[in-house]
Amino acid sequence: MSISVKDASIFYGDFKAVEDVTMSIKPKSVTAFIGPSGCGKSTFLRTLNRMHEVIPGAYVEGKISIAGQDIYGSGVDPVAVRRKVGMVFQRPNPFPTMSIYDNVLAGNRLNSKRIKKAEADEIVEDALRGANLWNEVKDRLGKPGMGLSGGQQQRLCIARAIAVQPEVLLMDEPCSALDPISTAAIEDLIHELKSDYTIVIVTHNMQQAARVSDETGFFNLKAAGQPGHLVEFNPTKQMFTNPDNPDTEAYISGRFG
Amino acid sequence: MTDIDLSAQETELSHATLPRGAQWLVAIAAAALGGLSLVLGAGIVGAVAVGGLAFVLGYPLWALLVENRRSATDKLVTGLVWTAFGVAVIPLIWLIYMVVARGTAAISPEFLTYSMRSVTGDEQGGLYHALMGTLIVTGIAALISIPIGIMTAIYLIEYGKGSRLAKAITFLVDVMTGIPSIVAGLFAFALFTLVVGPGTRFGFGGGVALSLLMIPTVVRSTEEMLKLVPDDLREAAYALGVPKWRTITKMVLPTAVGGIVTGVVLSISRVIGETAPLLVASGFNPNMNTNALEDSPMMTVPVFIYTQLSEATAKGVEYAWGGALVLFVLVMALNLIARIVGTIFAPKTGR
Repeated sequence: MSISVKDASIFYGDFKAVEDVTMSIKPKSVTAFIGPSGCGKSTFLRTLNRMHEVIPGAYVEGKISIAGQDIYGSGVDPVAVRRKVGMVFQRPNPFPTMSIYDNVLAGNRLNSKRIKKAEADEIVEDALRGANLWNEVKDRLGKPGMGLSGGQQQRLCIARAIAVQPEVLLMDEPCSALDPISTAAIEDLIHELKSDYTIVIVTHNMQQAARVSDETGFFNLKAAGQPGHLVEFNPTKQMFTNPDNPDTEAYISGRFG
Repeated sequence: MTDIDLSAQETELSHATLPRGAQWLVAIAAAALGGLSLVLGAGIVGAVAVGGLAFVLGYPLWALLVENRRSATDKLVTGLVWTAFGVAVIPLIWLIYMVVARGTAAISPEFLTYSMRSVTGDEQGGLYHALMGTLIVTGIAALISIPIGIMTAIYLIEYGKGSRLAKAITFLVDVMTGIPSIVAGLFAFALFTLVVGPGTRFGFGGGVALSLLMIPTVVRSTEEMLKLVPDDLREAAYALGVPKWRTITKMVLPTAVGGIVTGVVLSISRVIGETAPLLVASGFNPNMNTNALEDSPMMTVPVFIYTQLSEATAKGVEYAWGGALVLFVLVMALNLIARIVGTIFAPKTGR
């Protein structure tokens, strides 16, 4: 599903966090957002599945549509949006009360969907294989999810997100709490997931953006206290070799504030 | 370079130290001093005070002479902290000892299965009626307080964050925590005097009075437990397309259940020994009464202890100790249950 954003501004109460973002994200591709801390890229990511509404007083102006449907239209249920647009967070957050098996099925179980045991087994295996975790955990599916290593927990969270079969997967700095080997595993996974899902990833690691993404958006602040804005949105190759904007070049080459 | 045996001499990093076992030497000296003052007629309390003081001051003083100021301060403060610990714990152990030692004399199968119906003089009576009454009244209080308390806490943490209503509720809960228990009893008594009729004393009234005392502790402890559930987990559930109410019932509550149950059980054991509100609201009754809704008084263990003690007979005092032991065992059992439940439901780390 393609995502198109037009003149989106994001507010926390009176504070304008992000201003006038316009972009269109291609289906079944990886789009990376880069930029300095506090420039609003995570905030923007969270508006794509209406997660920012969890914070009281947050709202969006402008238009964000997924597959042609305005997700902020009247009568749109944020719960329905989030079933289509999954999310993986910065820190791995498996449910501590649940086993590995139940964690993968959490999306179904928490919604009290009745599924047969055989079907549930299949969902779990598919999701864990999809997240490249099956071989490591197939013998201990009943063990608590918290017992896995950080990298495995993060892949478990990805398995949990894809088990509900979303169309879009948002990743908010999914590797920032992981070691290089786990990071490589997740990046490989992103490459594989690209064939089935539209992936949007926020990262602080520019090499990572260059490695995994097809298109890149650079967010920046004009000054401290000012809202963040989208400076440039281009194919990743062009972004890292011949950016349109001198600020982008300065940021990417490390000559930045 | 020649090898130097550093341990043999003083360097910048070392200093003279007290001999090993110095604290035992001081302790023996202090005990001797205490013994001496006992012989001189200071009494047991005075002797313990003299001995304790001698140790707490003598040990750092010696350290000050041999070692340095910091070491002396360390020993002084350590001594003071241990003294404070002892002062806090000794009455507790003493209390437990007294209740067990005096209470066991009264405990017998008859004591646990008889009521005080038409018991006069030296006839055998018991607290069965009071035990049942306590269980019924506390059960009613729990039935009222647990749902109200937990739901209030869920509102405060999950829905009302920062809203004016939530702030008002938090304030009222704080005020409720400070209600003197007899006022809660008077409230229940006055309420049922208006609703049922003048002078109504019955089990349900006692339950209502206790629930007034219990609700704030349930709210507080549940609130703390819900706060401990990380927002990350809530967001993870939302991101899976789980509605808020399901996130709360299926994820937040199960994650916090161990702590919530512990808090609830502790709040029960907190109100189970309340006397004043039950004196007022459910009254005295030497007879068995298991109907909490009938307009007749219901006896409870704390009130049993109070009445037996006010008889001021040898048998009354014995029964009061027996009642105290029963109450004590009840509270200990509840605390034990709270511990066990807490560990059973605690989120598993798998390591």
